[in-house]
Amino acid sequence: MNKIWLIMKREFLTRVQKRSFLIATILIPLIFPLLMGLMMYFSVEQKRHAEKQEIQYVDESGLFVPDTSVFRFKPFPGTFQQARMLLDADSNVVGTLLHIPKLDVMRPAGITLYGKVNLSPSDIASLEQMLENRIRDVKMEQMKVNQKLLDELKTDVSIEAITVTEGGHEEASDSSILFGMGMACGILMYMFIFIYGAQIMQGVIEEKSSKVVEIIVSSVRPFQLMMGKILGLASVGLLQFLIWIVLITVVSTTLLTYFGVSMPQQQMMEEVGRQYPESAAAQDYAVASFMKVWDQIPLTYVIFNFLFYFLGGYLLYGALFAAVGAAVDSPAEAQQFMFPITIPMLIAYLSLFAFVLEDHDSAISVWLSIIPFTAPITMIGRLGFGVPWWQLLLSQGLLIIGFIFTTWAAGRVYRIGILMHGAKVNYRVLMKWFMMRN
Amino acid sequence: MEALIAHEVTKRYSQHLALDRVSLAIPAQTIFGLLGPNGAGKTTLIRIINQIIQADQGTITLFGERLQEKHIGTIGYLPEERGLYKKMRVGEQLIYFAQLKGLSRQEAIARSKAWITKFEIKDWWNKKVEDLSKGMAQKVQFISTVMHEPRLIILDEPFSGFDPINAQLITKEILELKDKGCTIIFSTHRMETVEDLCDHIVLIDRSKKILEGSKRQVKETYRTHTYTVEHRGPFALDAAKYRLIQQRVVEDNFYKTVIAVHDDSGPNQLLRDLIQVTEVHSFIEKIPTMSEIFITLVKGGNHE
Repeated sequence: MNKIWLIMKREFLTRVQKRSFLIATILIPLIFPLLMGLMMYFSVEQKRHAEKQEIQYVDESGLFVPDTSVFRFKPFPGTFQQARMLLDADSNVVGTLLHIPKLDVMRPAGITLYGKVNLSPSDIASLEQMLENRIRDVKMEQMKVNQKLLDELKTDVSIEAITVTEGGHEEASDSSILFGMGMACGILMYMFIFIYGAQIMQGVIEEKSSKVVEIIVSSVRPFQLMMGKILGLASVGLLQFLIWIVLITVVSTTLLTYFGVSMPQQQMMEEVGRQYPESAAAQDYAVASFMKVWDQIPLTYVIFNFLFYFLGGYLLYGALFAAVGAAVDSPAEAQQFMFPITIPMLIAYLSLFAFVLEDHDSAISVWLSIIPFTAPITMIGRLGFGVPWWQLLLSQGLLIIGFIFTTWAAGRVYRIGILMHGAKVNYRVLMKWFMMRN
Repeated sequence: MEALIAHEVTKRYSQHLALDRVSLAIPAQTIFGLLGPNGAGKTTLIRIINQIIQADQGTITLFGERLQEKHIGTIGYLPEERGLYKKMRVGEQLIYFAQLKGLSRQEAIARSKAWITKFEIKDWWNKKVEDLSKGMAQKVQFISTVMHEPRLIILDEPFSGFDPINAQLITKEILELKDKGCTIIFSTHRMETVEDLCDHIVLIDRSKKILEGSKRQVKETYRTHTYTVEHRGPFALDAAKYRLIQQRVVEDNFYKTVIAVHDDSGPNQLLRDLIQVTEVHSFIEKIPTMSEIFITLVKGGNHE
């Protein structure tokens, strides 16, 4: 036990003392928001500065009223045939041409857009929207419905979704926030298990190829070496998480305070109400409900379970990565054995996006979050939506059994593999090592 | 007293028998040569002694006790394929290995400082191993092998990678350790080292022990009863008792003759016979070198 501790300590210290650890730990939580912020900034900027595209139009119906908020519209001084000829003639007099033929408002057909360059679907959609609105107005006039009547008919309903938990508490839930959180947690989980697992593998290959392993195993059992390495890296991972949680809490609290969002909701709503008595009603309702849902996500519960599934998933896969590292002489050779390890992880990752988040209570989602190999990624995705305690317990129990099993199995391959150099290794050889007596 | 006794040690790897009922006894405070061609099973035996792997059958007794986990600190092992953590500093590394062998941290620090002072490599303490030359790294490795004061030291090709000066340093160290009471197992292909250093040897070939004994005994066993004589004037001897293997002129009337004795009449009888037929200038028994014995036995085995 003492020796596992020594090995663990060495793994931990050599990694934590590296400059790259410090840089990664500090930069990663800053890089993601920064990148997202930059991307948003640029897309907004681009939209703002983008020149409106010019569209020339020939309106034979006499209905069209150009709305110039998205495009610059310019009536073509001539007939449609002339415009077409100019378009075909490769001149630059006409670029994009909208042709609205005489039409029946009940069945509008034949509206065509000609262009030298393809218009984006969103541009076409906004054109369609514009025409639909116009035709609706025309119809309303024909039906003698005026705008005032229409406005009065319109009521804004927004539904507040309440999740009734087992304790009978009511919680406001906004599935899009939970969706986002589940997705973020799932992606993080996938990344961490992979990054840390790959580090174990690299470490093992390094020890094997530098031949240092022969000295170590004359002092400790191979299993102790493997466990020490796995646990040492796990503690690096936990430290990194702790730093991130602290960093994120500090940064977000600072930011929230700075932008004044941390004010008590009541006060904030009053303040907003005073400043914008009429217009802001809907908007601050949205903000308030976001805050309400956010406050109700049990952060400690999520963080605790995230750490549990990270550790469990990492131990489960880490042992397998260690076994692969022990079996090969170089990272290049490791590729062939990575495949079967990657598959369940990928399945979990892809199902998370495909259906687990959407359909978090379907049988397959439940099963994926119980099977140890896929549970870390899928369960963490479901967590925010509320998971029955028996599923959580079953999943966590199986994960513990799962990593004990993989560690045991990997240990059997590892103890032989680390002493084998230049052997041509395939799955049959691995099986032989597994079965071999000590 | 025996430092180590192996009794009928057998190890099988699926189809391949790596050790076949190998028994040997290593007297305490000797330098013991573990010899054999590549793939004979030496490394397997060393790994079994180091408890890296376990024998299928047979027992190992270390200083009178059945080999067990607590003996890890009693053994120091320098593998042939040696390595250190490249990114780790020399000092940290020495402390780490010593701790793995069961030393406390304070003790590990004190001893590694003492050793680097002794080897005059104090300035390396904070250097990373990747910045050291191969010979330098070997020194560090040697220190880590003996730092925990093992009673049994196993050295697998200890001189590979050392220049003559450092080889001499290590030789001196090895002899000093022996004087202090250590038993040293030497696995090597360098027969001159065996000739110089080893007291006892065992020869393993194709999983089996084929020779064991003190160097003196072995040479006695494999003596060819051949003598080299330098003398003045040619001669002939009784062909029933002696065989002239070679006779050549060194200069003028001086000859060098190699004579094999058929019966075990011994050197004195030969000398008596020679004096009667020639003027003897030198007389020396042609003792086989370890290298010759090795080659004879291993090659002989191959023709079976």
